[in-house]
Amino acid sequence: MSGVDTGDTAWMLIATALVLLMTPALGLFYAGLVRSKNTLNTFMMSIAAIAVATVTWAAVGYSLAFDGDGALIGGLGNAFLSGVDFAPREGTTIPELVFFAFQATFCIITTALISGAVVERMRFGPFLVFSALWSVLVYAVLAHWAFGGGWLISGGTLDFAGGVPVEMGSGFSALAAALVVGARKDYGRQALLPHNAVYVLLGAGLLWFGWFGFNGGSGFSTGDPSVLAFTNTLLCPAATLVVWFALDLVRGRKVTAIGAATAIIVGCVLITPAGGFVSPGWAMLLGALGAIPSYGIIVWRTRTRVDETLDVLAAHGTAGFIGILFIGFFAQETWNGVSDGLFYGNAEQLLDQVFAALAAPAYAFVMTFILLKAIGAVMPLRASDREEAMGMDVVQHGEEAYVTGEGAILITPESGIEAELPVADPT
Amino acid sequence: MKLVIGIVRPEQANQVLEALHRAEVRGFSMSRVQGHGGEMDRVETYRGTTVQMGLSEKVRFEVAVSDGFVDKTVGALCEGGRTGEVGDGKIFVVPLDHAVRIRTGDTDEGAVTPVSK
Repeated sequence: MSGVDTGDTAWMLIATALVLLMTPALGLFYAGLVRSKNTLNTFMMSIAAIAVATVTWAAVGYSLAFDGDGALIGGLGNAFLSGVDFAPREGTTIPELVFFAFQATFCIITTALISGAVVERMRFGPFLVFSALWSVLVYAVLAHWAFGGGWLISGGTLDFAGGVPVEMGSGFSALAAALVVGARKDYGRQALLPHNAVYVLLGAGLLWFGWFGFNGGSGFSTGDPSVLAFTNTLLCPAATLVVWFALDLVRGRKVTAIGAATAIIVGCVLITPAGGFVSPGWAMLLGALGAIPSYGIIVWRTRTRVDETLDVLAAHGTAGFIGILFIGFFAQETWNGVSDGLFYGNAEQLLDQVFAALAAPAYAFVMTFILLKAIGAVMPLRASDREEAMGMDVVQHGEEAYVTGEGAILITPESGIEAELPVADPT
Repeated sequence: MKLVIGIVRPEQANQVLEALHRAEVRGFSMSRVQGHGGEMDRVETYRGTTVQMGLSEKVRFEVAVSDGFVDKTVGALCEGGRTGEVGDGKIFVVPLDHAVRIRTGDTDEGAVTPVSK
């Protein structure tokens, strides 16, 4: 197909697969952070996002995000993949089918991210409904603003790989979700601890691996912006890790493993919007400075009544906010070929970034709040206290993550599930 | 001297710990056990295999106390462990012949009475 570059397409096929891996990685990361009785339910929320958000994205989400350049929302010209084929996506050298799939993986992981705010108590059914609606009404709209020709990108806001739709979109939605769904019943009264720190570290490591596709693919080519973003994805989180170690040492005299896993995520988020726009040196400074607000909010949040359980706001919302603003100061045309920031004499760029940093959180928070209130009016959002005590794995899925099999009686097809089984009489 | 054995739901274990603390019972041990006591069985499915889980996770407290503390300990286990549903567990009080505190060699009542530091 004329206009398609085979090298660029080869890289984007791989980058798409890398980003898709991030969602199961997130499931593993989240599963390690919850109690063992909620392991599967937590992981399944990420798997659910792959299922639901892919279908909604193909149906209308992609079209609303990327069809046309309306200020607020795209059109329905590409609904149900109409016209999405081997011809290059406008402005790129890759087939639109690849562009669609790459963008789909972004919608998926963003939807999965919000689950971190509601794990251990939200019912699975309402989460599926929420995922379907959120991926269209919030994600697709924010993606249109920042990527698809909407008012932010056409007004000059720079967002390389999704500080607006992905990071601030998920982070501030997570805060709204935590407020509507409410705290876990034992939150603030008992210690609710991560059950497997190794999952957390492995999940974070796989997320970082996938993030090279996330940021490195957001130039849609193998050109300079992709190369810059790729390398910045190594440098920035490393700087965040070093500073996080220092903060841990000052605060608790020990460097913690779960802290390190969190730092990896925060560092990757920080560089997400800025990856292709700032120099490697500034990327490292961003990673170092950006660690501080996220660290502070994690420490502060756990002292409040807000059970935003896995700190999506601190890791994604806050770090995305910082990353978007950082572009306004330190973007460098000699590196990105697009625009300078305030530090290089272009104050207007900072103003464009401020618009994004105010509009995206406000839209995400308000829409998610309304959406969950509406779903909650139709069906109960959370499990009963009794079910919450038993754990969501058994209650919602009829499975356990760490089943021993001892004392399990096989129900044969002949006896059937309804058959009379020998159960001691409670009276 | 009695050995008080309380078998409770794992999700109530924290409440039991708080109740024991309020009752000023300071020494005990706890372990994870699996058991069955007439509660409804859970049916779980793993791909094609459907099973009835006959055993439930429980937490077993063992508290060795002097006679004056028996009622307080039983009361704390009941208060902390009760939800009102089948499966809350059982308490067994059994006579205790002899107890030794390993560090000092104190025996019997002296061994089960907490020392103030």
